Amino acid sequence: MSSTLLLIQILNGLQFGVILFLIAAGLTLVFGVMDFINLAHGVQYMVGAYLTAAFAAATGSFWLGLALALPAALLIGLALELLVFRHLYERSHLDQVLATFGVIIFLGEAVRMVWGSAPIGVEMPEALSGSIEIAPGLLYPVWRLVIIAAGLGVGIGLYLTVHHTRIGMLMRAGASNAPMVSALGVDIRLLFTLVFGFGAMLAGFAGAMVAPILSVEPGMGDGILILAFVVIVIGGIGSIRGAFVAALLIGLVDTLGRFLAPMLLRLLLDPAAASQTGRALAPMLVYILMAVTLFVRPAGLFPARR
Amino acid sequence: MARRLRREWLPLGLFLALALVPVLAPLGPQSFILSLMTRIVVVALAALSLDLLIGKGGLVSFGHAACLGIGAYAVGILSAEGVTDGGAHLAVAIAAAAFFALATGAVAMRTDGVHFIMITLAFGQMLYFLATALSAYGGDDGITLPGRSTVLGRDVLASDTVLYLAALGALLAAYLLLRRIAASRFGRVLEGARDNPVRMEAIGFRPFRFRLAAYLISAMIAAVAGVLLANQTGFVSPATMAWQRSGELIFIVVLGGLGSLHGAILGAIAFILAEELLSHWSEHWRIVFGPLLILAVLFARGGLAGLLTKGARP
Repeated sequence: MSSTLLLIQILNGLQFGVILFLIAAGLTLVFGVMDFINLAHGVQYMVGAYLTAAFAAATGSFWLGLALALPAALLIGLALELLVFRHLYERSHLDQVLATFGVIIFLGEAVRMVWGSAPIGVEMPEALSGSIEIAPGLLYPVWRLVIIAAGLGVGIGLYLTVHHTRIGMLMRAGASNAPMVSALGVDIRLLFTLVFGFGAMLAGFAGAMVAPILSVEPGMGDGILILAFVVIVIGGIGSIRGAFVAALLIGLVDTLGRFLAPMLLRLLLDPAAASQTGRALAPMLVYILMAVTLFVRPAGLFPARR
Repeated sequence: MARRLRREWLPLGLFLALALVPVLAPLGPQSFILSLMTRIVVVALAALSLDLLIGKGGLVSFGHAACLGIGAYAVGILSAEGVTDGGAHLAVAIAAAAFFALATGAVAMRTDGVHFIMITLAFGQMLYFLATALSAYGGDDGITLPGRSTVLGRDVLASDTVLYLAALGALLAAYLLLRRIAASRFGRVLEGARDNPVRMEAIGFRPFRFRLAAYLISAMIAAVAGVLLANQTGFVSPATMAWQRSGELIFIVVLGGLGSLHGAILGAIAFILAEELLSHWSEHWRIVFGPLLILAVLFARGGLAGLLTKGARP
C-alpha cells in the first residue's frame, strides 16, 4: 500500500518538475543570454492557461485551443519585449525587477477584468481523460503522464537546439560575449527577441498543459514564478541542463516533502504535532535546499561557462 | 545656515507636514485621515530601513517584508497569549528580527548581485510559509487582535491620534539615527563596499561585517514598523510577508530616490496616496497602477527626491 502511494507521489513530483522546467527553461535562457531578470515570466504561464481555456471553449476542442493559444502566447511575449523589456536590458537588475513587477500587476488585473476573479475550468481531451494501470492495482491519470512525456520531449528538443544547431550556437555565444557576436555581423537584438518570445511560449505551453488539472485563476503565476527562480538559481543561471535537473529535484522534493514530512515526524512527535510541524516544514524544504546550494556552490549546480 | 536650509528643506518640510496632520485631520473625515496617514508613516519607516540596505549598501533585499511580518506576528502571538504590553511586543519583535537577520544574513552576505536578491527572497518565503502553517494563530487566515498594545497597563494607543504620533515619533527617531549612521565611518565603509568591495578589502575592511551589521539594523527597524502596522490594522496575517509586499517596499525606495533616506518617506507617501486614490476611482485600479510603475522606473531616474531637489545640490 505504502509503496504504491509513494510511486504515485513520485510521479506527481515528476509531473510538477517538468512543468517547472518548462517555465524555468525560458527564464534561464533570458537570464543567461540577456542578463535580464524577468519577474513577469510567471504571468506568461497564467496567460497560456487562460488563452487555452478561452480558445478551447470557443472551438470546443482542447487541441485546437492549444494550437491557437501557443502563437497567441508568443505574440504577447514579443509585444511585451518590444514595448517594455527592450528598454531595460542596459538597466540595473533593480530596475528590471521593478518594471517587470509592474507588468505582473498590469497583466494580472487585465486577466481579472476579462475573465473575472473566479477560477475557470478546462475540459480535458476525451481520449486522454482516463486512467491506466501502471502497476498491479495502481491507476494513474493518463493526462499527467502526457504532461511528463511532453516535458521530457521539450527538454530533449531544447538541449539539441542549444548545443547542436546554429541558432543554439549563436545563443551560447551571445551569452558569453554579446558585443563580439554583434561585431561579427549577427543581429543580436533579433536573437534576443527570438529567445524571449520562445521562452514566453514555453511558459504558455506549461500553463496550457496544467489548465485541465488545476484551476485557472489570476494569481496562478505568482507562486510558481518564485519556484522557477529557485530552480534556475540551484541549476545555475543560463544552463538548460541545470534547469532540467534542478526542476525535477525541486518537483520531487516539494511533492515528496509534503507527503513524507508528516509521516517521518510521526516517529518523533505525537500525530497532531507531527502533522502541524510537517505542514510547516514541507513548503520550506525547497527554500532550505536553495539556501544550502547557494552556500556551498554559489554559482549553482551546473554553472554556465562564461 | 541659509545654504543648509536650502539643502535640507525637503526633509524638514516633510516632517513638518506630517506633524501637522493631527491638527488638520479634524477638518475632514478624521479617523479615515489618521488611519491612512498612520499607514503611510509605518510603511515609510519600513522603506527607510530598506533604504539603508539598498541605497547605502547596494544590497537589494527581496525579503524585507519578512521583518515587517516578524514585528506584526510578535504583537499577534503575544496578544493571543494574553500579553498586551507594548514594551514586551517591541522587545520580542526586535529580538526576533535580530535573530532572523543574523541567521539569514550570515548566509546571504556570502552571495552578491542576483544571487543575493534570490536568497533573501527565499528566506522571506520560508518565513511566509511558516506563518501560514501556524494553525494555532490562524494559519492562512491570520488573527484579529483583541485590542491595541498597552503602555504600562494603560490603553493610551487606543486613540488614533496617539498611535499616529507614536508612529511619527518612531519615524523621526529612525530617520535621525540612520542619518547619523550614514554619515559615520560605518556608513562610509558601507558605501565604499557597495562601490568597490575589492578596494575596501585592500585597505583593510571586511565588507561582510559591515553589511551584516547594516542588515541587522535594518531588520530591527522594520520589526518596529511591523509592531506599529499590526496596531494600526488590528489584524495580523501571512499576507504581510508575501513577496509582493517586499517588491512594493523596494519600489517605494526606488520611487523616492535611492540612498537619500527622506526619499523613502516621499516614496511611501506617493505610493500609498496613488494606491488609495486609484482604488477609489475604480475596482480595477491596478490596470493603471502597473503601467505607472513601469513608467516611473523607465523615466523617473533619481526618484522623486531627485526631481524635487534638482539644482539645489551643494
